[in-house]
Amino acid sequence: MKTLGIYIHIPFCIQKCLYCDFLSFPKGRQEQTLYFDALKKEIETSAEECRDYEVVSVFFGGGTPTSVDPQHIVEIMKILKKFYNLRENAEITIECNPGTADATALREYHEAGINRISIGLQSANDEELKRLGRIHNLRQFEECYKNAREAGFVNVNVDLMSALPGQSVEDWERNLKYVCGLNPKPEHISAYSLIIEEGTPFYQIYEGEAAQIEKNGVVITGDNKDEYPPLPDEDSEREMYHRTGEILGANGYHRYEISNYAMNSEGEAANVGTAGPLDDDGGKYECLHNKRYWQGGDYIGFGLGAASLFNGERFHNTSDFRKYLEASGTPEKQDAERLDTAAQMEEFMFLGLRMISGVSAGEFKNKFGQSIEDVYGEIFAELISEDLMVREGDTIRLTDKGLDVSNYCMAKFLI
Amino acid sequence: MAVMVSLFKVCHIGNGFKNYQNGIWSNMAEFDQSKIRNFCIVAHIDHGKSTLADRMIETTGVLTSREMQNQVLDNMDIERERGITIKSQAVRMIYKAKDGEEYVFNMIDTPGHVDFGYEVSRSLAACDGAILVVDATQGVEAQTLANVYLALDHDLDVFPVINKIDLPSARPDEVKEEIEDVIGIEAHDAPLVSAKLGTGIEDVLESVVHRIPAPTGDAGAPLKALIFDSVYDSYRGVIVFVRVRDGVLKKGMTAKCMASGASWEVVEVGYFGPGQFIPCDELAAGSVGYFTASIKNIQDARVGDTVTNAANPCDEALPGYKKVMPMVYCGLYPADTAKYPELRDALEKLQLNDASLFYEPETSQALGFGFRAGFLGLLHLEVIQERLEREYNLDLVTTAPSVVYKIHKTDGTVFDLTNPSNLPDPAEIDYMEEPIVNGEIMVTTDYVGSIMQLCQERRGKYISTEYIEATRAVLKYELPLNEIIYDFFDALKSRSRGYASFDYEIKGYEQSELVKLDILINHEQVDALSFIVHKDGAYDRGRKMCEKLKGEIPRHLFEIPIQAAIGGKVIARETVKAMRKDVLAKCYGGDISRKRKLLEKQKEGKKKMRQIGSVEIPQQAFLSVLKLDEGN
Repeated sequence: MKTLGIYIHIPFCIQKCLYCDFLSFPKGRQEQTLYFDALKKEIETSAEECRDYEVVSVFFGGGTPTSVDPQHIVEIMKILKKFYNLRENAEITIECNPGTADATALREYHEAGINRISIGLQSANDEELKRLGRIHNLRQFEECYKNAREAGFVNVNVDLMSALPGQSVEDWERNLKYVCGLNPKPEHISAYSLIIEEGTPFYQIYEGEAAQIEKNGVVITGDNKDEYPPLPDEDSEREMYHRTGEILGANGYHRYEISNYAMNSEGEAANVGTAGPLDDDGGKYECLHNKRYWQGGDYIGFGLGAASLFNGERFHNTSDFRKYLEASGTPEKQDAERLDTAAQMEEFMFLGLRMISGVSAGEFKNKFGQSIEDVYGEIFAELISEDLMVREGDTIRLTDKGLDVSNYCMAKFLI
Repeated sequence: MAVMVSLFKVCHIGNGFKNYQNGIWSNMAEFDQSKIRNFCIVAHIDHGKSTLADRMIETTGVLTSREMQNQVLDNMDIERERGITIKSQAVRMIYKAKDGEEYVFNMIDTPGHVDFGYEVSRSLAACDGAILVVDATQGVEAQTLANVYLALDHDLDVFPVINKIDLPSARPDEVKEEIEDVIGIEAHDAPLVSAKLGTGIEDVLESVVHRIPAPTGDAGAPLKALIFDSVYDSYRGVIVFVRVRDGVLKKGMTAKCMASGASWEVVEVGYFGPGQFIPCDELAAGSVGYFTASIKNIQDARVGDTVTNAANPCDEALPGYKKVMPMVYCGLYPADTAKYPELRDALEKLQLNDASLFYEPETSQALGFGFRAGFLGLLHLEVIQERLEREYNLDLVTTAPSVVYKIHKTDGTVFDLTNPSNLPDPAEIDYMEEPIVNGEIMVTTDYVGSIMQLCQERRGKYISTEYIEATRAVLKYELPLNEIIYDFFDALKSRSRGYASFDYEIKGYEQSELVKLDILINHEQVDALSFIVHKDGAYDRGRKMCEKLKGEIPRHLFEIPIQAAIGGKVIARETVKAMRKDVLAKCYGGDISRKRKLLEKQKEGKKKMRQIGSVEIPQQAFLSVLKLDEGN
């Protein structure tokens, strides 16, 4: 049976963070209920077309899925169990922000069958949290983490964000060490760099007209200088990025994707991830659901704006909240495109190369009936000569240097 | 006057000429030269010349109001947008004066910008008089003076019109006085006009009858006609605009241009309706009109040349013809190298309409195949550039404009340098000369200091200051042309809050201490970025160029030095640091298309780059060095 990942989007949060450009917003209880009515209908209605699939991962993302009445989530879990071929040990993740889920709620999630929790810590420094516009402090995280463990979660991810305003390399190291010092240690750590996205308050602050860009950093003009210190310069940012690998490596984690680290399974060699079959938990704590995105597996997204790759077609739901509600369970599928061979090859490369283990030449040949050399030989030669890529037998992967400039490398694979 | 009768046997009647069909012309047998008025309107830019022309055309009833487009004389988009007139045009109108007689008015529109000075001069030569339009608020300005003097040089009778009297700030009495004091022409009975509202137009028309002299020519003498403009039509070839001085220009005769020597059989003659051509049988002495003769090459019938009858030529050509030389050169390259043939075709077509546009193929290591093009001035350059981009849909890379330098080599030879990268080895150069202009800046006294400072910075040589009234002065400076072709106008405006006006004419060449500044990117010289500069300004220029380029060149995997050098000696340096991090860390919720878009954008950006050695330079970089003073 073919396998499938399910993504469920919960577009609600208590308050938008200053850097956030995800599809999320605060809404009242009543509108949340209307949304979940439509969402549950959508999931039920879609069960038919997913009949031939075994669901191996589910991901509740947001927004903040734990900011809503836990009953909504519990009911969705019931629907999934009732209408879908949900594998018994499927990886089922919920994203959680500290301060939004108490001990009872966490127990309810766990009892409903959710077995992985991803906690958005971002920083272990209250000052930094405040600057990001986060609603929680470190103490609330600690409580949340403890409650999650007590509720029975044995697979926990903690999100951290580097290159924050005013952050030094030492500040960042402290955050990493704090997370590694948790007891028990989280099984998974996502360590992202802050990216200033257009349309966010941070964009206004750091890239807007008021911001004066000087040589290596951003100088904030006017009164907000103390509130919004400059972003780290490029060299510090890169230093943070490299320290991440070193510190997490020393603490028993291996990097398996550009920004993702998983605790080594017992007996497994450090710093080596295996690509492995999609539904097989190669590195025990690597996030199956995310790996599915990078390895070209089928997934279907439910909820506002959710993206899908299903039966060789990419599409996403409407991002218009009203329209989504009005569609009442059958939202319009937008921008549907059947990927042609070239586009599939491109994705195979630029997504696959996000994985530390890289891509397999053999798999390429199986999938497309063409030799990877014939299609990309010249680019390989170029990148290898620049020390950005290595080829080891069947495996083609980016070097550390290549991962540093992965966009530069990946853009080359667009045909 | 049998000749004149046949002039008005209209063969083809356009929409705008319904009046003729109504029989107005059927009894015009007695029409003669004394009823013709050939004139132009001169004004400082923005004083309302085109609007006045429109109102006059409207009032004389050639067009109905409904048919009037705003500013019918300016029929090119760019002109309308910029509010200036580039290509001179002519229009004929019929005016029934208060004395009961009907007059033929040939109004010849002149370009308003100093770049087109020669065309202005030829247009003036086609006239017998001029209307001087002066803004009732602004009063006399630099170009007002320049244009009036030009008109007086051509022996035209000039009478003033005070325009924009509807504005609250209008001060017509003061302006009249100013005209009398500064220009020295009588102004006390000048018509007070609001061209915008249409008031006072009758007064202007009457003044044309009484204050502009009728032409004096001998219809019986051999043909002698001045070419004052031309346009290219893909069906009829070059349409030549002429003012007939003596004799008669007829369909079927063999016409000859006296300077070019080219001759053709005349296919059609006619006169100008607003925005259209009205054929007739012949044009006699005193009249203004056009002819076609299947002329393929506009260079054969250039503005200023004299047309005569090949079978019965006149003794001598009309005075004043000169071949117009381009003053400013730049490289024009297609942004997409594959578009070279399109660029060539577009330039060919533009040249058909613009005899003063010069171009020849050139090759740049940095930019590939393109053209070196010569222009009358910077505005001319900008207009051509815009027309290429707008009308021909081309994306262009333009190199820094350069004036023409005279290079005196040690072997005694002299040559004109139009492309800085062709400068010979300094050892072979005896000395160099650069073009100098006589500049006149009219400015309110408050800004005299800052404008003088600007002129000093631009290597200006102070000549004089004349106070034309208590609060306004004319500063005269000699300025090197290469100091004013970049951003002088902008600087002038910003330092005088828009109050200064500038006019110049080429004075000649003078010896100067010039050097070639080269730009090296990753140790490779980029020919398209080389330019000639006075040695005193070289360091500053080089430093600014490097700074600007640093901001334009994206990071590469390696460090890129950007250097400015004179003859191998580096005088300024900046470094583009190596790209060390370029990661999109987030890849959330399976939204792959977003990731793809980002990568596609990155790849698309690369396409717009030019490869110099191992460095990719965005096209923008070549343009940005033209605007070095921005933001300073």
